[in-house]
Amino acid sequence: MQDSGISVLFMGSNFLRLLEGLWVTLRISLIAVILSIPLGILFGMFMTLKNPISKAVSRVYLEFIRIMPQLVLLFIAYFGVTRAFGWNLSADASAIIVFVLWGTAEMGDLVRGALISIPKHQYDSASALGMTKIQTFIYVVVPQTMRRLIPLTINLTTRMIKTTSLVVLIGMTEVLKVGKQIIDANRFEYPTAALWIYGVIFLLYFLACWPISILAKKLEKRWR
Amino acid sequence: MENIQLQVSGLIKRFGTETVLNGIDLSVRKGEVVVVLGPSGCGKSTLLRCMNGLEPKSAGTILLDGEEVTSDSKKIAQLRQKIGMVFQSYDLFPHKNIMDNITLAPVKVQKRSKKEVEQDAERLLKRVGLWEKRKAYPRELSGGQKQRVAIIRALCMNPEVMLFDEVTAALDPEMVREVLDVILELAESGMTMVIVTHEMQFARAIADRIIFLDNGKIVENSPPELFFTNPQTQRAKDFLQTFAYEKRRTAIN
Ligand SMILES: Nc1ncnc2c1ncn2[C@@H]1O[C@H](COP(=O)(O)OP(=O)(O)O)[C@@H](O)[C@H]1O
Ligand SMILES: [Mg+2]
Repeated sequence: MQDSGISVLFMGSNFLRLLEGLWVTLRISLIAVILSIPLGILFGMFMTLKNPISKAVSRVYLEFIRIMPQLVLLFIAYFGVTRAFGWNLSADASAIIVFVLWGTAEMGDLVRGALISIPKHQYDSASALGMTKIQTFIYVVVPQTMRRLIPLTINLTTRMIKTTSLVVLIGMTEVLKVGKQIIDANRFEYPTAALWIYGVIFLLYFLACWPISILAKKLEKRWR
Repeated sequence: MENIQLQVSGLIKRFGTETVLNGIDLSVRKGEVVVVLGPSGCGKSTLLRCMNGLEPKSAGTILLDGEEVTSDSKKIAQLRQKIGMVFQSYDLFPHKNIMDNITLAPVKVQKRSKKEVEQDAERLLKRVGLWEKRKAYPRELSGGQKQRVAIIRALCMNPEVMLFDEVTAALDPEMVREVLDVILELAESGMTMVIVTHEMQFARAIADRIIFLDNGKIVENSPPELFFTNPQTQRAKDFLQTFAYEKRRTAIN
């Protein structure tokens, strides 16, 4: 197989560079998810408060984050904030901030949904058994909420991994950018390299997200 | 009167502008079985829910063993250990198996040893024929089985009074009996109970006293024989009439 594009993968440190590129976005996703989960739980509990002001505030926040494309949020954080306040946020920090804001909103909405889906008679029967509000929350509400939340949280994580590739647009060298660089450098010698490189990137994303999806399905089945 | 277990006086309950209970006076003696009857929406559930403080009352007093049923959340949790309640909807905890459903509150609320509670649970589960189901989850049980477990779960708190709110209303007809039998057995053992039901024959068999509720007031308060054979008010007569069927068709010739 002379001149096959696949050999480009094994030239120099190309494959390693791709992995490093993937790690750039995986790392941002991981940090964002780890921060978003506790913040989202708090935000979700905040959203279930009956107070009209807290309701309005959380509604506005959630809608704002949802309506704005993540790309716009990234630009606002990276270029806008730098201009407006003169803070010099690195691309890395901007990305983490944006994805934490996004993750908190989405996670919060999942938590809210799980909390309000617990039927009223679960609270009634716990109270009738003499449980205090805190005991009801710990032994009845939280375990049932968790069961619903874990698969949803995992799905959010995979969405996060896929979406973080947007950071390329604020100048970060993530996996797609690395791929493009490799393809460009070999454009004349190996015209078919593009197919192989993108194929491998596809595979890498698949390998990153697939086990997570499997886990989600398993948990969903077990905790019907 | 001697040995009053539960005393309701001047109980008023409003939802917004709607007065659902309008001055209820009722006392239940130790070991007495009171059945509350009345048309749908007359406030039977509300009365029961006020008795264990699930619904805050608008006015009046409710005394359980001489202690006021308040809405102070710490005190009421304490008091509710003395008064068990089973609802119409199957309300077992779906994330716990049958044994854990039963032991949760005695262990966490009453701080009893798990072993001791499990012995109680074993005895009761065996009595209602559900011992083999102790590891099953609620979704694997029939409605009748779930209600029997719900009764046991309440009993394991060793309550002094039990409240039953139409516990067979959501069941398929063939499962009603197995649940009512458990309640009948409880009555024989001397448990103080307030029961809301639409099973008239059961009411007649189990009640020491029938309370008939209409328009937020108790309009009859009499022994079952008298209530069913000779109701004193037109409303009670009309109510009982709705359960009676007459033969309408004559033989086809
Ligand atoms: N939480 C509530 N908020 C407003 N109205 C209620 C509430 N609970 C019950 N009601 C009203 O109180 C009345 C009595 O209800 P309920 O006690 O459930 O009657 P029953 O159990 O006799 O059928 C009904 O008119 C019902 O609409
Ligand atoms: Mg009712």
